[in-house]
Amino acid sequence: MSDVYIVGTDMIKFGKFPDRSVESLGAESAHGALDDAGVTINDIQALYSGNLMQAAAMVGQRIQQEIGQTGIPVINTSNACATGATALREGWMGIKAGIYDCVLAVGVEKMAGAGMLGGGGGGKGIPTEGLMGSGSMPCVFAEAGMAHAKDYGTTFEQFASIAVKNHHHSTMNPKARYQIETPLEEVMGAEMISYPNTKLMCSVNVDGSAAAVLMSESEVKKRGLTSQAVKVRASVLTTDPWTDRDEVMPDVNTCTRNAAKEAYERAGIGPEDLDLVELHDCFATAEVLHYENLGLCGDGEAPKLIDEKSTWLGGKIPVNVSGGLLSKGHPIGATGVANVFEICTHLRGNAGKRQVEGARLGLAHVIGLGTCCGIHVLEAPSA
Amino acid sequence: MADKPLSIVPYLKVPDAGDPYLEGYRCGECNAITLKSRTACAACGARDSFQDHKLSNEGVLHSFSIIHRSFPGIEVPFISAIADLDGGGTVKTNMTGIEADPEKIDLGMRVQVVYEIAPRKDGEGNEYMTFYLKPAAK
Repeated sequence: MSDVYIVGTDMIKFGKFPDRSVESLGAESAHGALDDAGVTINDIQALYSGNLMQAAAMVGQRIQQEIGQTGIPVINTSNACATGATALREGWMGIKAGIYDCVLAVGVEKMAGAGMLGGGGGGKGIPTEGLMGSGSMPCVFAEAGMAHAKDYGTTFEQFASIAVKNHHHSTMNPKARYQIETPLEEVMGAEMISYPNTKLMCSVNVDGSAAAVLMSESEVKKRGLTSQAVKVRASVLTTDPWTDRDEVMPDVNTCTRNAAKEAYERAGIGPEDLDLVELHDCFATAEVLHYENLGLCGDGEAPKLIDEKSTWLGGKIPVNVSGGLLSKGHPIGATGVANVFEICTHLRGNAGKRQVEGARLGLAHVIGLGTCCGIHVLEAPSA
Repeated sequence: MADKPLSIVPYLKVPDAGDPYLEGYRCGECNAITLKSRTACAACGARDSFQDHKLSNEGVLHSFSIIHRSFPGIEVPFISAIADLDGGGTVKTNMTGIEADPEKIDLGMRVQVVYEIAPRKDGEGNEYMTFYLKPAAK
């Protein structure tokens, strides 16, 4: 089986685009990725599209109608917040299987103004929201974080520090939704949504898209793209195995742990070999859990990692130097491709002020509630 | 209109006589306890293995959040709480009988299930029985 490489990526600046269609947003990053790879739509053998909110509406074909209807297969994917990673992985599998040599993956979403996600039951009877707890996403992830606090004494201040870091990182990312520093007292003093998550500790609903061109090894060599070809060392997708609490408490931990273990095995590396990580900080509480789930530290050591600022740019293992979902924004279907864009940008040395110097190996992680986890381990082009 | 309160969720049982109670299912093959009925066991895949399993009214607070912003029309703040019940089964519901202040709520504290008529009716005017968690009596 051929190794698979990402030879071109792009993401649009995340924001609010009320006057633009989903397909035009998707087309913009698709064109960016094609240009980056030095190919055209006529070179693409299959298109993998990720979108959640219009999952039944053939978004991939609508993107084709914007950038070129060449008659190639289109695969539309929908997998909650792991939608983008799933689309990318399907493309990776198409090349791994030997069916294609050059494919395009696009993730796109219009989210601005969607309001708070989640829900409180519905269907027959009376609404359970506010009677049987809350099904809102800020609450679900607050409860996941407070379970960590129960075991390890994680504090409100430590959870809030995650948002301070990610909002700081995004000041160096011109494509992030926000470029605004938020000191600790501002994060902790912001509107409380669902304790301990304040408004500045919740991901931003934005519109966005990101895209990647994937190629087989032979295609990379044929086109002379070795110097920009980021190798996919592992592409893993898991779901949540049954755990005792998951009817009332979606388990984002076990599926991440299982995916990380498999990703490290397939890549033949350990977490200590990583130079940077983009992980699914849909809420500040979630990032804390994933430090341990991804093995960036031992169980119970996330609070120490936070206090030592190890995950800031310049620290031992920088996490979410893009600004993360908290500050870059979280356009659901695009998120899993945007994370890969960020890692590739560092591995190719193009990340500007936020560049992780000498980055050779990076990991991109997303979680979709319902539940699934996607992880990609990526390696810098050989010199 | 029903002549007795309806159940807010299928695993809350409202008998004609006696107190309401919670009842889920236990898999006879692997002992997994679930709140909802399934085609087969989510833990082990066994078919036709479920038995009714009455849940305890006592347990331990596993996690909580205090909700200050919910969906339109929902009164805030309230405590959303998750408890592991003695003998198995985990439930999530509002916590009452304690201030909505994180300093006052101890993770791991003993809690009990209490049953009350919900303060909402459906479109036909039916009343619903619900349950809350509250600190266990000392």
